[in-house]
Amino acid sequence: MSWLADNFQRLAEVSLDHLGLAMVPVSVGLLISLPLGWLASRWRLARRILVPVTGILYAIPSLALFVIMPLVLGTQILDPVNVQAVLTIYTVSLLVRAIADTLDAVPESVLAAASAMGYRQAGRFFAVQLPLAVPVLVAGLRVAAVMNMSLVAVGQLIGVGGLGIFLIDGVQRSNYASIIAGIVAIVVLALLVDRLLAILGWALTPWTRGSRR
Amino acid sequence: MIEFQAVTKRYDDGTVAVDNLDLTIADGGITVLVGPSGCGKTTSLRMINRMVEATSGTILLDGQDVHAQRPATLRRGIGYVIQNAGLFPHRTVLDNVATVPMLLGAKKAAARERATELLATVGLPAELAKRYPAQLSGGQQQRVGVARALAADPPVLLMDEPFSAVDPVVRDDLQDELLRLQSELGKTIVFVTHDIDEAIKIGDKVAVMRVGGRLAQYDTPAALLANPVDDFVAAFVGRDRGYRALGFLSAHGVEVAPLATVALGSPVEAARAKLDSGWAAVVDEAGKPLGWVSAAGLSTMEGSVQAADLVSGGSLYVADTGGRTGSLRAALDAALSSPAALGVAVDSAGAVVGSVSAEAVLAALADARKAGEVPS
Ligand SMILES: Nc1ncnc2c1ncn2[C@@H]1O[C@H](COP(=O)(O)OP(=O)(O)O)[C@@H](O)[C@H]1O
Ligand SMILES: [Mg+2]
Repeated sequence: MSWLADNFQRLAEVSLDHLGLAMVPVSVGLLISLPLGWLASRWRLARRILVPVTGILYAIPSLALFVIMPLVLGTQILDPVNVQAVLTIYTVSLLVRAIADTLDAVPESVLAAASAMGYRQAGRFFAVQLPLAVPVLVAGLRVAAVMNMSLVAVGQLIGVGGLGIFLIDGVQRSNYASIIAGIVAIVVLALLVDRLLAILGWALTPWTRGSRR
Repeated sequence: MIEFQAVTKRYDDGTVAVDNLDLTIADGGITVLVGPSGCGKTTSLRMINRMVEATSGTILLDGQDVHAQRPATLRRGIGYVIQNAGLFPHRTVLDNVATVPMLLGAKKAAARERATELLATVGLPAELAKRYPAQLSGGQQQRVGVARALAADPPVLLMDEPFSAVDPVVRDDLQDELLRLQSELGKTIVFVTHDIDEAIKIGDKVAVMRVGGRLAQYDTPAALLANPVDDFVAAFVGRDRGYRALGFLSAHGVEVAPLATVALGSPVEAARAKLDSGWAAVVDEAGKPLGWVSAAGLSTMEGSVQAADLVSGGSLYVADTGGRTGSLRAALDAALSSPAALGVAVDSAGAVVGSVSAEAVLAALADARKAGEVPS
């Protein structure tokens, strides 16, 4: 307990750091996935390429990607951008197919009605297709966020910061308090972000609730 | 006015959906495009608002080529009611209806006020405004679809099988509602259906199309029933078209004979004394028909005639009173559907005025034929 009291300040700071390392890739991944998912839902050829290619990226072990990234990006080995890039790739891998599928699932009659009322392509996407995709988007983001929370800790193996430091330090110095504090902090962060995203999704989708007829 | 001039649509895969269509659609009426599935009705409709582009030919809307206008602008001035309503699931009923006014730049409050009015216009209670489409019945959704299409008060309304997905009773209500709305609004409506009965009920003019996208006949419903141009149209219009054609002939010549009536609650003895050929119609205090009693039925009753003892009646014929006149079809159906073989004729308030028999209807029809009132 005294370890915790002595290190609480640092634990809190590193937690924030960890949060950023995990969530920036989620946001960037979302911004990349939306247009890719839209392309895949719009053109069959785009789908045939994008869905399998982004899907397979998920099968590459994270450690391998962490090591390859500096070669691909031309960055320093310990640059945090490497981890962020990898996590972004995983996020994209999770989201593209889901987005393409959910955009496809918007009923033809709803799309035709939107066009018939005078929405142009872009207007229709933001006013109709995107809001209807929110439940699937939120589900995908929750998975990506929780996954990234733990992957950032793995990223510590190549020394990028985040709560992984407490695990590695703890193991090297047989400091169990440090290990447990690190694990608990990661789990709490993951639960917190998951809950927040769930609440956000709930607030954005009032039409999915309430009694039917 | 909407004019199709030699309009052809050939899809990319070579399907000719509409073939050299010439059609003039008058203002202020309901023009129905009807034909079997796949005959090009939807394609024709969607070429008017350019959701489908014609391959060749010209479509004029009030004398202006639709191609001279940008699609989104054109569409904001044309109401479109789609099969299955196509409501936006994530918007409330009110916001669905407010969509086009908002697109046209109206303030949110003004658009919602307009939408509230429209819900009343299409016969929806105001409580539904805050609901989401999934919380409505199919019939209610279709009404919202109509309200949404009317929101910007477009002169032209395109309707693609709007009532096909609801059950027959609701469909009938929606059709009546559309006719009532149209009598108030006087829009130019192009209505697509595969249901010839619906076409005949609601159309001022009906265009029958055949597969391959060719126009088979363009006529009033009465003329279509009386004079189909060929076997295809005759078969499509249906076997009982002779009977249905009676729906367009006024029954003003049909003799309305006296009808034996008994007030509900009368003593059984008094009722028995009133029977005519073994039957009497039972009426309430306002004279509205409630059902029938027969000699056989009265023989098992005691005390007075009660509502539970009645044989239910057939359809009613609104006789020639107060300016409204039923059709020969209504008169004949009243006679045929009555357990006493006598149709109950009522006035416009619904009170019994007499009876009509099938013989009287046929006699009136024969007279009308002789007088040349029946197209043949
Ligand atoms: N986008 C399309 N591409 C190719 N063929 C089409 C397309 N839309 C409709 N068709 C074909 O055109 C014909 C007419 O279709 P449609 O106008 O939808 O008929 P209807 O509304 O009378 O059922 C059908 O043979 C249909 O298969
Ligand atoms: Mg169709």
